[in-house]
Amino acid sequence: MVRGMALLLLFQFLGEVISRGTGWPIPGNVLGMVLLLIALARRWVKVEWIEEAAEFLLANLALFFVPAGVGVMMYFDLIAGEWLPIILATFISTFVVMAVTGKIADRLEPESKDGP
Amino acid sequence: MISGLLQTPLFGVGLTLLVYTLAQWLYRRTHKILLNPVLVSIAAIILILLSCGIPYQDYAQGGDLVLFLLGPSVVALALPLYQRRRDILKRKKSIFVGIAAGAVASIVSASGLAYLLGGSRPVVLSLAPKSVTTPIAISIVEKIGGLAPLTAALVVLTGCLGAVCGPEFCRKLGIRSPVATGLAVGTASHGIGTARMLEVDRLAGAAAGLAIGLNGLMTTFLVPCLFVFFQ
Repeated sequence: MVRGMALLLLFQFLGEVISRGTGWPIPGNVLGMVLLLIALARRWVKVEWIEEAAEFLLANLALFFVPAGVGVMMYFDLIAGEWLPIILATFISTFVVMAVTGKIADRLEPESKDGP
Repeated sequence: MISGLLQTPLFGVGLTLLVYTLAQWLYRRTHKILLNPVLVSIAAIILILLSCGIPYQDYAQGGDLVLFLLGPSVVALALPLYQRRRDILKRKKSIFVGIAAGAVASIVSASGLAYLLGGSRPVVLSLAPKSVTTPIAISIVEKIGGLAPLTAALVVLTGCLGAVCGPEFCRKLGIRSPVATGLAVGTASHGIGTARMLEVDRLAGAAAGLAIGLNGLMTTFLVPCLFVFFQ
C-alpha cells in the first residue's frame, strides 16, 4: 500500500515537473497517468507494486470530489446573477455531449455483436 | 475551545468522511439515482456549513486534504487502462472520433446556448471548458478570459449531472456497448462521471478515464481555435 502510494505520488510529481517546466496547460496528474501507463507497458513498473493503492483510490474516487463541490458555495452570488443561461446551457450541453459521443462511439464499435 | 477545533483538519476530513458514509448508506438503501452520494454529500455539507455559520475556509483545512487524494487517483487511472489495453486498442477509431466529436459538441453547445440565452461574455467563455477535469478547465478559462471560480462550479455541476443521469440516459438512447457508455459519460462528466462508471463496469470505467485525458487535451487546443471567431 505504502509502496504503491509512493509510486503514484512520484509519477504525479514527474507529471507536475513536465507540466510546469514546459508551461503546457495539461495538469501534472494527467501527464502522470500517461507516464505511469508507459511505465506499466514497458514493465518498468509491475502491476503488483501499485495495485493495492490504485484500487483503494479508484474505489473511493467519488469521495475526493466532495470538497471541490462544497467550494461551489463560495460562488453562489456569481451564479445567481445569470442563473438561467448558466443552468440551461450546462444541463442541455451535458446531455448533448453524452448523446454525440455515445452514439458515434457505439456506431464505430468494431464488433458490437454481443447479443441477438 | 470548540471553535478552535473547527479550524483544524480534523473537522473537514471528519465531516466529509462521515457525511459521505451516510450518503453511501442512503444510496444503497434506496437505490434512487438522484441520491447520488457525491451530490447528496456536497448538498449536505453546504447546508451544515451555512446553517452553523462555519466559513468555507475552516472546512477547507480538512477538505483540501481529501481533495489532495484526487491527484494520485487520476494517476491511478493508468491501471484500468493498462489492464484493458487490448479492448481499448481494438477500438482506437471509435474512441478518438467519439471523444473529438464530444469535445466540439461540448464547447459549441455550452457556449452557444449561453450566448443565445443572453449570457454575458465572461459567462459564455466560462462555460466553454465545463466538460473537462477541473485543473484543465481552470487553465483553459484563465487563458481565454472567463471566470475561473464559475468554471470550477460548473465543472462539478456537469460532473454530478452526468454521474447521476449518464448510464440511464445512454441506455435510453440505445447505446449498449460499455465502452461507448464509458466514453460518453467520461467525455461529458470527467472524473465524477468516471467514478460512477467504475462502479457500473470496469471496462466502461477505463474508457471514461481515457476520455478525461483525451477530452482535456482536445479541448485545450479547440477552445482557443473556436473562440478566434468570438473576439
